[in-house]
Amino acid sequence: MVSLSHYLILAAILFAISIIGIFLNRKNLIVLLMAIELMLLAVNINFVAFSHYLNDLSGQLFVFFILVVAAAESGIGLAILVVLFRNLSSIDVEDLDSLKG
Amino acid sequence: MEFKTILFYIFSAVTIFAALRVITARNPVHAVLFLVLAFFNVAALWMLLQAEFLALALIMVYVGAVMVLFLFVVMMLDINIERVRQGFWSNLPLGAFVGLLMVAEMAVVLSGRYFGLANFPSQNLPADYSNTKELARVLFTEFAYPFEIASVILLVAIIVAVMLTLRKRKDNKAMNPSDQIAVKSRDRMRLVKMAPEVELPVAEKGGE
Repeated sequence: MVSLSHYLILAAILFAISIIGIFLNRKNLIVLLMAIELMLLAVNINFVAFSHYLNDLSGQLFVFFILVVAAAESGIGLAILVVLFRNLSSIDVEDLDSLKG
Repeated sequence: MEFKTILFYIFSAVTIFAALRVITARNPVHAVLFLVLAFFNVAALWMLLQAEFLALALIMVYVGAVMVLFLFVVMMLDINIERVRQGFWSNLPLGAFVGLLMVAEMAVVLSGRYFGLANFPSQNLPADYSNTKELARVLFTEFAYPFEIASVILLVAIIVAVMLTLRKRKDNKAMNPSDQIAVKSRDRMRLVKMAPEVELPVAEKGGE
């Protein structure tokens, strides 16, 4: 019998993996974007699991809107990445220091 | 063990394996393909949770569109893998510490009896229940306004993506329609007054 906490722990593991991915891939902006996608996926699993176990469709509606925002975000993120690569010939996060932050 | 439980464990094991390969793969193309595998398995998990519409939307929107976009970008950029992999594992201790701490905290809270999560029974919906229909009913009544805002967000994303990557080429031969419309008749032809030519060339007469 699969309970709600099974799904929540799976989502927590996925979220932690993507956090580790952000720590590891400091030099590769594309994999950073992919780790963000994984993170959103983990949150979506939580939403769908709660929606199923509480018998409330609002959770699935939220996943719908998160999918929309995530698609827009990755589209714009990849566009910025392409412009960045055209100007710097690099996707290393360390090279993005023109603002000296 | 029930069959659904076995399926849950298979799908979640493959998901976690694929997620680990996404963040450790040498080749970015492999990372994208493993991300596709992770999305696919999560869609299967959502099927187990009887969220069919979202599972299919995840496959179509994510695997079909967003991941293909990622693949395009990965193949378009010429990435120096050796440079990208330099010092790759140096951040692992800190990252692993934060990640394991998060999982441990979550597991303590979620598997304990504090929230009474075991009180939520799994729903058994009737066979003629349509997830898509119910979702549409809520989406177009209660959530109609957020739905329209979502469409505006997508429109903004389209415009931004086009404007960011647009660049003017030097050998561009495209016409500017507003210039064409604004043209006047005196711009098209210019009358020039000049003195008549009277002298014939002399060199040709003495040639014979």
